[in-house]
Amino acid sequence: MKLNDELEYLKLSKWQKFVYRLRSFFTSIPKGIGKGFLKIGQFFKKVGLAVANEVKDIWTTFVQGDWKTKISFLVMGFGNIARGQILRGLLFLLMEVVFIGYMVLMGGKYLAQLGTLGTVGPHQGYNEVLDSYYTVYGDNSFKILLYGVLTIFFIIAFIYTWRANVKQNKLAEQILKSGKKLKSGKEDLRSMVDDQFYKTLLALPTTGILLFTVMPIVFMILVAFTNYSSNNDGYYSNLFHWVGLKNFQTLFSWDVGGVNYSATFGEILLWTLIWAFFATFTNYFLGIGVAMMINKKGIHLKKVWRTILIMTIAIPQFISLLYVSKMFTLNGLFNGFLMDIGVLKQAVDFWGIPTLARVMVIIINIWIGIPYLMLIATGILMNIPADLYESAKIDGASGWKQFSKITLPYMLFITGPYLLTSFTGNMNNFNVIYLLTGGGPHVNLSNGAGNPGDTDLLITWLFNITQKGFGEDGAQYYLASVIGILVFIVVSVISLIVYSLLPSVKNEEDFQ
Amino acid sequence: MKNKHSLAAIILLAIGAVITLGGAFLFVNRFAPMWSFSQKYLTDNFIFVLLGVLGILIGVLMLFIARSVYKSGKVVEESDSMKQHMGLKAMSRISNTVIYVILIIISIIWLVPFFCIVVQSFRIQPTGMTRYLFVNPEGNIAGKEGLQIKFGFDNYVKLFTETEFPRWYLNTFIIAVVVAVVQTIIVLCMSYTLSRFRFKMRKPMMQFMLILGMFPGMLAMIILYQVLKDLNLALDHAVPGLILVYCASSGMGYYVSKGFFDTIPKSLDEAARVDGATRAQVLFKIILPLAKPIVIYTVLTAFMAPWGDFIFAKYITNPDSSQAWNVAVGLQNWLSTSTLISEKYTMFCTGGVIVAIPVVILFMCLQRYYVEGVTGGAVKG
Repeated sequence: MKLNDELEYLKLSKWQKFVYRLRSFFTSIPKGIGKGFLKIGQFFKKVGLAVANEVKDIWTTFVQGDWKTKISFLVMGFGNIARGQILRGLLFLLMEVVFIGYMVLMGGKYLAQLGTLGTVGPHQGYNEVLDSYYTVYGDNSFKILLYGVLTIFFIIAFIYTWRANVKQNKLAEQILKSGKKLKSGKEDLRSMVDDQFYKTLLALPTTGILLFTVMPIVFMILVAFTNYSSNNDGYYSNLFHWVGLKNFQTLFSWDVGGVNYSATFGEILLWTLIWAFFATFTNYFLGIGVAMMINKKGIHLKKVWRTILIMTIAIPQFISLLYVSKMFTLNGLFNGFLMDIGVLKQAVDFWGIPTLARVMVIIINIWIGIPYLMLIATGILMNIPADLYESAKIDGASGWKQFSKITLPYMLFITGPYLLTSFTGNMNNFNVIYLLTGGGPHVNLSNGAGNPGDTDLLITWLFNITQKGFGEDGAQYYLASVIGILVFIVVSVISLIVYSLLPSVKNEEDFQ
Repeated sequence: MKNKHSLAAIILLAIGAVITLGGAFLFVNRFAPMWSFSQKYLTDNFIFVLLGVLGILIGVLMLFIARSVYKSGKVVEESDSMKQHMGLKAMSRISNTVIYVILIIISIIWLVPFFCIVVQSFRIQPTGMTRYLFVNPEGNIAGKEGLQIKFGFDNYVKLFTETEFPRWYLNTFIIAVVVAVVQTIIVLCMSYTLSRFRFKMRKPMMQFMLILGMFPGMLAMIILYQVLKDLNLALDHAVPGLILVYCASSGMGYYVSKGFFDTIPKSLDEAARVDGATRAQVLFKIILPLAKPIVIYTVLTAFMAPWGDFIFAKYITNPDSSQAWNVAVGLQNWLSTSTLISEKYTMFCTGGVIVAIPVVILFMCLQRYYVEGVTGGAVKG
């Protein structure tokens, strides 16, 4: 059935509407993929054109520029200094000197070795005086990779600065030709707290993010294509080198040295998704429930109930999680209490039975999470216009109807993005799992790499692998980074799908 | 068309049948182990009580259904409206009572662990884990007097005189204070810029950080550990290393305060700019005084995060460098092996209480700002 306009769609029954939407969703998938490829193509075309334009601009600047400009192509900042903008010129010159110095002293060497990650490993040297052998350390693969990446970052930054230098020369020439004056150093400084204030403000945060977030992530992505592990650490034991896609093959193969990586990965991924689903939605609905109970008209001591719950947020999670995990052990308080009052015959090993441990983890996460959700829900519930409820009451809507037709849609609409972030956050919820169970019990999955347990999430498994590895490689950092990349892919795919299905992809300018 | 529908009906029926059969199979398959599980652990008394309560609930439900069926048959008379009003009032009283009961139960569930940890922090004997909170009946048996539970302040004294806890506490305090200050400055710079300025790289930067946030942060730890070790900022000197790492990547958490800055009208900035103020003056003289709640929220969260951070601190220290631990690593270590548990369990509780007290006090004082930040942040995504 094909529909020509919206009117026809409105005429359909509820069931037909549903079928229609479902079908159009699935038929749009190939179209969407096609569109995606088209977009990628357009992107490359755009980039190519931009680069071509830049090169052309640089060339015309060189050809048409005066001698000051031409020298600036080699000696950065020369044009600025010659035209009286000494501060800018010196900064450019400093950048060039630092860059050349770095490349000569360190960068060049590391960059040249980046292809092989070092050729000379640790070996035996002979000391003629003492007549004894000792270990000589050769190249350091880790440092080569690290500084190689840093050098590439630096080169990109340098090219960018060089381009800015060329641009400035062109601009200065134009300004001088039109008879105006160039900015003095003082004015430059003033613009740092005025027009260009954002550059001043962003300098520190972006440097931090680049060095301590972007750089490690780039490095770890590269590690996924090497055999870096604690027994191939690149300096003390063995060098590591590029292995291409081998690690991905390892993770997706059924039998590597007696270990079935892909089954382990599949099971842990499945549990991670189940966990994230339950952890997110149980907290969400129960949190709304508690908030509604406290907010209900006629309930006194609202502040007291709220404060009791909020206080639990203040207590550091590692204390409450560790303590609660001990409460539920075989000789913990919970078992003791239930045996004392005659509920249990014998102590239940809450952390020893896989399914029970999984359920317990979700329940305790509710205990941890409800206060946050209660806070959030309280804030939103108070924003729902009261007249909606009043008119619903006049129309004779029951409490449940009011909830399902007003409260819930409103909440879902507003908290859609929050639900998504908390879902992905729960997928990577290290603390709850690690501090409660440490990944255990090790019943069904115990033969995989890194000794995975039944409550292990991908993130805790990844951590275990970096701690104690499996087999001759020791801690398999390469496997950890492969898993990290896969986690990223899963999270980003989920986010992409949910974002495109959300009713409100809000325009942020609306708020201002 | 009709044929199509009947075909669809048949297919649906078939699917339904398969699902039902599957469900029945799963039920039978799983019910027996569940039953034997509960028989193994639950006492017969409790099972009877449970079934009894279930029976009562079902009975009451049936009564209610019967009443409503009976009522729906009767036509409501005009004069009954008063009665009906009374009924509504009674209903709301009943539902309020139910809510009170639920709230009390919730409060108990939420507070019991903290009550227990405080009680156990005062227990001086035995020092390990026990099943009993106040009295151990086995302690009354002759020859097992050691199991008797005794209370006193010894743990608190010991904690500060005989263990490395003061050192860990100091470490954590230094880290938390420095991070609170630096991180607040960085986050405010970032969020103010992204809220107020429109420059070419703004959108790409925000998208890039969003994507960056999807990588598990745990990955970065491996390399940061190696780099910090090279810089001699790991292991024994982990405190400055931790501060560096916490502060460096804090620019990513700008969402909440950006949302707040977005709500401050831009016309304020523009008015000041017309009067000749520079952008910097606008920030320091106009926006910051207005942004007090969000500044306090940022300081509070920036202080609390390193106070409770566990995994990164654990990763860049090791068992030999215990003087560089923070409280989380130290206290977790006391629960890591069974020998340590039998010696240090009550000390863990004491340490937990001491760690929690300052944060709880701080939190209670600044609760209002925290609530504002959390609700605002969630609404903005």
